[in-house]
Amino acid sequence: MSVLVDRDSRVLVQGITGREGRFHTGQMRAFGTNVVAGVSPGKGGSDVDGVPVFDTVADAVVATGADVSGVFVPPAFAADAIMESAAALPLAVCITEGIPVLDMARAREFVERQGARLLGPNCPGLVTPEQCKVGIIPNHINVPGPVGIVGRSGTLTYEVIQSLSQAGMGQSTSVGIGGDPILGLGFTDVLKLFAADGETRAVVLIGEIGGSDEEHAATWIRNSGFDRPVVAFISGRTAPEGKRMGHAGAIISGNTGTAQSKIDALQTAGAAIADTIEDVVRLMAAGLERRSVAAS
Amino acid sequence: MRLLEYQAKQRFAASGIPVPQGRLARTSAEAAAAARDLGTVAIKAQVPIGGRGKAGGIAVAHTPEEAEREAARILAMDIRGYPVSSVWCETGLDIAAELYLGITLDRDRRRLAVIFSAAGGMEIEQVAADTPERIAKLWPDPFAGPHPFELRRLAFAGLAGSETPGPHTPGLVGQLAAIGERLFALALALDATTCEINPLALTSEGKLVAADGKVEIDPNAEVRQKNLLGEIPDEDQMAELGGEQLEREARRRGLTYVHLDGEVGVIGNGAGLTMNTVDLVKQQGGDPANFLDIGGGAGADKVRNALEMVLLDPKVRGVFINVFGGITRGDEVARGVIAARDELHITKPLVVRMTGTMEEEGRRLLEDAGIVPAKSPTEAARTIVALTRET
Repeated sequence: MSVLVDRDSRVLVQGITGREGRFHTGQMRAFGTNVVAGVSPGKGGSDVDGVPVFDTVADAVVATGADVSGVFVPPAFAADAIMESAAALPLAVCITEGIPVLDMARAREFVERQGARLLGPNCPGLVTPEQCKVGIIPNHINVPGPVGIVGRSGTLTYEVIQSLSQAGMGQSTSVGIGGDPILGLGFTDVLKLFAADGETRAVVLIGEIGGSDEEHAATWIRNSGFDRPVVAFISGRTAPEGKRMGHAGAIISGNTGTAQSKIDALQTAGAAIADTIEDVVRLMAAGLERRSVAAS
Repeated sequence: MRLLEYQAKQRFAASGIPVPQGRLARTSAEAAAAARDLGTVAIKAQVPIGGRGKAGGIAVAHTPEEAEREAARILAMDIRGYPVSSVWCETGLDIAAELYLGITLDRDRRRLAVIFSAAGGMEIEQVAADTPERIAKLWPDPFAGPHPFELRRLAFAGLAGSETPGPHTPGLVGQLAAIGERLFALALALDATTCEINPLALTSEGKLVAADGKVEIDPNAEVRQKNLLGEIPDEDQMAELGGEQLEREARRRGLTYVHLDGEVGVIGNGAGLTMNTVDLVKQQGGDPANFLDIGGGAGADKVRNALEMVLLDPKVRGVFINVFGGITRGDEVARGVIAARDELHITKPLVVRMTGTMEEEGRRLLEDAGIVPAKSPTEAARTIVALTRET
């Protein structure tokens, strides 16, 4: 099993005629993702490497039964694209970086009222190995297995996927939630999905300084009795206070949002804290072993 | 990007939010002239950073001569790295009470929050920490904005338990609701992630006046706020913390750069990975010189620009480039590194660790150019720390 996407997912790409949309549609198809449609207003009726292009998401859904959208639309139009997607299908995955935050406040509200789901924006997307990839996570690093991965930083999430794969620990699904201040799914949302997935036997959580989503996830782990091993890795430990590090999220304000506050919260919740990527691998191997001993 | 106080107040005034009369002065003579027209004035340094009062950047002048003297003193100051290039001279207020009204992005609620307290002034953060019941909050619907009744409820809640001013101070709640509505509309119009009036002064005549203003614009919205940005001279655009020249140069180049004062230059793609690269250098006993995130999808030009930027720092003894390609392609990164090395005649050690999309092409290009890519990030960090020690 897996979370959010699997081999039956029918994927649509918004912004398929743009540079990134076209390139990554190719990458997704090479991975094995079933890309059934593209959307690009005004270019309906054409195709991109054999994928039919529609003017609207609604048209594409009616014609192809698409149920997941990958959004590769430029920042000024991306919030609208997210809403268009949420009005027509259940899951939008927005890769676009640089969307004005007040646009996102509205888009996020709209998605919620539609009862749809949003992953991102400014995220790498998600992968269920050998089944489906939506987004930009490199193809060759993913191996199927028992570990669920959820991370804020895209590239750091790739590091963890690759290191675990090389050490023989595959993934159920790897999910990048993104680094913007206003996001769709958060850590807790994804942890709940992993909790409901029988094949996810352990979880890696990759956080970073700023915001308080890691702290909320720690509270949920503690209160829900989530019983699978969790390894947590927090980046930005050596960031000087008050220095801005690029992501709107990566701002240290007061005591909340510091690396230490996140590490303390997760440790209290029973997570194993990794200092390095190598530690993630070591702690995950130990966690999985403990779990299989307990199960036998 | 943060607006200067006078820029914020000009926008408050245009939105119908009362502000004291004032005038901008770039010389002490202009300040003296302002004092002649306005009478007793407060002279306030215009810098995009807090703590200017404590640093001596605010003075009260009763005469034009005093205004000239104080303005000359303040205009010669440098406040936490920001040289003072202008002062705002405004009429003094007869303040009966200091209130707080602010709008800011609430990440947890994923909306703008409107915050109001009867206990405004410099200690508002302490008030929030010690007596949270004195802080009232409202999270308006992002499509509809705040309704008048919601703003009245916010005002009554923030005034509860306070006597003077209190919930029954004549005219107060009505003024608060009107200012709240205008401030919210202004925040939306400016793409502001923070729009704050602290203190919101209640004068002895019972009028509310914005005695200070802090407006922070969402960097992602700069494109559509171009008109606004166009009005602000370059020197005033130092919105980020730390006024170091290198950070200013990086902003000019459009790079996300934070100066850290060590010897190992750090370039990565993605904020999380780059922060982790800084952490790795530290763990290997090195001292990172900077944080430079080239972001997603960077091409060869951006990589070259980034390398040039990092090497402007004379303390840098070598550079660690750590790239995990997703939307960024390894061949583009390699081309940028090679171009920078050859065109800028870089002789300091470069350690490149590259993996992900187009990794093989990138590695081949680097190897052909005599740059051996590192395999793991930890190994690369160890190598660059060793190399920068030797040189």
